[in-house]
Amino acid sequence: MTALLEVEDLRVAYGKIEAVKGISFKVDEGEVVTLIGTNGAGKTTTLRTLSGLIKPLTGQIKFNGKSLRKVPAHQVVSLGLAHSPEGRHIFPRMSIEDNLRLGAFLRKDSDGINKDIQRAYDLFPILGERRKQASGTLSGGEQQMLAMGRALMSQPKLLMLDEPSMGLSPIMMQKIMATITELRAQGTTILLVEQNAQAALSLANHAHVMEVGNIVLSGTGQDLLHDDSVRKAYLGED
Amino acid sequence: MTTTQTTTTVTAPAPTAPTTRGPLTLPPHIARATATAGGALTIISAFLAWTWTSAFPGDLTVYGYPGGLQWLVLVSGALLALFGLSSYGIKGLTWLTPQGADPAIRLASYAALATAWFSIIAISVSLGGVVNLEPGAYVAAIATLIGWIGARSLPYERPENHPADPEDSGFEQFKHNLSNRWTTYKSAFATNSARPAKPLPSYIEILIVAVVLALGLVVFTYGISTEYDELFIGFLITAGFGFAAIQKAGLIQRVTTLTARHRNVTLVGAFVAAAAFPFTQSDDQYATIGVNILIFATVALGLNIVVGLAGLLDLGYVAFLGVGAYAAALVSGSPTSPLGIHLPFWQAILVGAAASMVFGVLIGAPTLRLRGDYLAIVTLGFGEIFRIAVLNLDGTSGPDVTNGSNGISSIPNLSLFGFDFGATHTIGGFTIGRFANYFFLMLLVTLIVVVVFRRSAESRIGRAWVAIREDETAAEAMGINGFRTKLIAFALGATLAGLAGAVQAHVTYTVTPEQYQFAHAVPPNSAFLLAAVVLGGMGTISGPLIGGALLFLIPNKLQFMSDFQLLAFGLALVLLMRFRPEGLIANRRQQLEFHEKDEAPATLTKAGA
Repeated sequence: MTALLEVEDLRVAYGKIEAVKGISFKVDEGEVVTLIGTNGAGKTTTLRTLSGLIKPLTGQIKFNGKSLRKVPAHQVVSLGLAHSPEGRHIFPRMSIEDNLRLGAFLRKDSDGINKDIQRAYDLFPILGERRKQASGTLSGGEQQMLAMGRALMSQPKLLMLDEPSMGLSPIMMQKIMATITELRAQGTTILLVEQNAQAALSLANHAHVMEVGNIVLSGTGQDLLHDDSVRKAYLGED
Repeated sequence: MTTTQTTTTVTAPAPTAPTTRGPLTLPPHIARATATAGGALTIISAFLAWTWTSAFPGDLTVYGYPGGLQWLVLVSGALLALFGLSSYGIKGLTWLTPQGADPAIRLASYAALATAWFSIIAISVSLGGVVNLEPGAYVAAIATLIGWIGARSLPYERPENHPADPEDSGFEQFKHNLSNRWTTYKSAFATNSARPAKPLPSYIEILIVAVVLALGLVVFTYGISTEYDELFIGFLITAGFGFAAIQKAGLIQRVTTLTARHRNVTLVGAFVAAAAFPFTQSDDQYATIGVNILIFATVALGLNIVVGLAGLLDLGYVAFLGVGAYAAALVSGSPTSPLGIHLPFWQAILVGAAASMVFGVLIGAPTLRLRGDYLAIVTLGFGEIFRIAVLNLDGTSGPDVTNGSNGISSIPNLSLFGFDFGATHTIGGFTIGRFANYFFLMLLVTLIVVVVFRRSAESRIGRAWVAIREDETAAEAMGINGFRTKLIAFALGATLAGLAGAVQAHVTYTVTPEQYQFAHAVPPNSAFLLAAVVLGGMGTISGPLIGGALLFLIPNKLQFMSDFQLLAFGLALVLLMRFRPEGLIANRRQQLEFHEKDEAPATLTKAGA
């Protein structure tokens, strides 16, 4: 079986500063893979490169058997790769429903779109209650739900979530993580970038620890959760 | 050196509602009666003679019949009286004030007071002294004053203000008190939420829309045909305060719901009303203004696609009007055109639009990779490059294409289906002159632009524009091709300006580079076009049309201000941006953007407006 996403020796630089220094990993269909690490480790850069927002220096990105290296950002979506960016980037002055509809911008099947909007409301009931409300008036956690719901609207083969728990209260964070678990149960493949290592590791099939542009440790989520060095560095234990 | 100073009484300032109500304040129940009576008296005063000589324009010397400025005073007095009566809950009048009468009464009293006192002062100044006033003028002055005192004494919920901190410096205290007064003043105009509207049968609703459009035509025609400065200023005062009063009463909102429900009827009705305008005119004098307003407003609407929908700040937009006008002029058969071609008009207008589109793409392709301020600067540059290039293509500094500063002149009049646009026609007893002919033609172009705007704003591309405007990165992540989407907006906007330009070339006989500057005393120019969009309301259809009409009419009518025009224009823009940043006609989404804290509607009903 070939992997859904294969990244090989990916190097990305901002000007002269190399943010990602040759990393390789793969994501199989139906699994949750997480990249954890501190600020500046290159996690977000990796995701932005995968979705075409940044051009890599070198390296191979193969998605669904196709190279993503020369594909511009707006076409990556049509291949089945959805990106829920860091900081959520919802359209604050649009209603929740309009946000979701924009997520399905490339789709033409209005029945399917309506069905998926309903699915997003089932997944996040709060969004359904406020469907006509301007999304800028939502709380941070609700905005994160909207960002995830919107990314799902393109019916992605792979959903990339960048720091979905950032700036959220612990309760909200648990809700988001529960949703990710639910999505995994439904068969959605997810590439999750998180600073909250505990939460990310406990639901990931595979995990990679990034440090200053390199992957320094890889394994299953459970392995890393019990790895001593990881516990020391990221889980705040002596 | 340390000095210890003990302040004697430092009590924490407690919020207190001010109880003092100032001089000239009546008890509430008397206030309402006084305001209403003031309105009624104002109506009567309009029928009296205000001055003894007809030297003041408008002939205000007749007892028993209002003239000139008196009509305006009559209208504002009637508004005041009607709102006053409505506030008593009189059956048949309550529909006038669905959001509560008091703020509307206040504003109507301002309308009456300002119009009447302006008229009286204008009479005294232009005739040299108050001795020229007849008793009627004093009646008007006192009547409007009574109405105003009554209106300002109406009770309202005063906000709880915190008094200034006594330890602050004097200036800080002054500022604090000033802002307290301002909040109190503003709260006098706070409206209730509207009473639910009674459901009406569809044909009645359409009838109401028709009546409103007819009223709009009357007001607009009145404003455009004002014959002297005083009358136009009076018109602006009455219309401004009167409109505000009607808006506070909640009537505008009511009508907007109706027009939103019957959009196509409204669109057709509005164009019928606009087409009726030349029939209200006996000669071509004001049709000239009419056609120029249409050109200006239409181009502003085209710019609204670029600025309002796609959020691209284009400071050189007038260049596309110029490209269209020059392209059409070159193929118009003008004797000064170096090409010497004479195409039929439908081809000429297509040439104009196509040329503008090509220029739009050529300018857009390299520049639209820039964002925000950079795009603004580059478009500003291209706007000027167009003008200077046209100036230099005169055969000496460059190839002879445009005749340089002389421009292309003697553009022949159009003739479509045997209808000569240059001649005066008589249709059903009405005389339709040259400019009125072009008015109809331009109206057709305006209709095209309105339809294009509406269709595109509601289509996929329209949603993509709005998404790009809101957050370009996120839009790309949704699969929207940012560059292509922006280029389409830019090219479409340019094309529409080109259409208008082709007509403009024929209306004005001559195209010269000076017509297409960034800033100039006479619209259309890039600065005024942008101002029309911003002032009218970004992202709406009616906004730029109204903004364009106002921005054309005001400089045109107030010629005596020509030296201070740009100053007054700048001042007006600053004030507008401070107090109503969403423009005269607010797009629901824009309102949300600018009034996030207070009166923002929490729910959006439909994408855009």
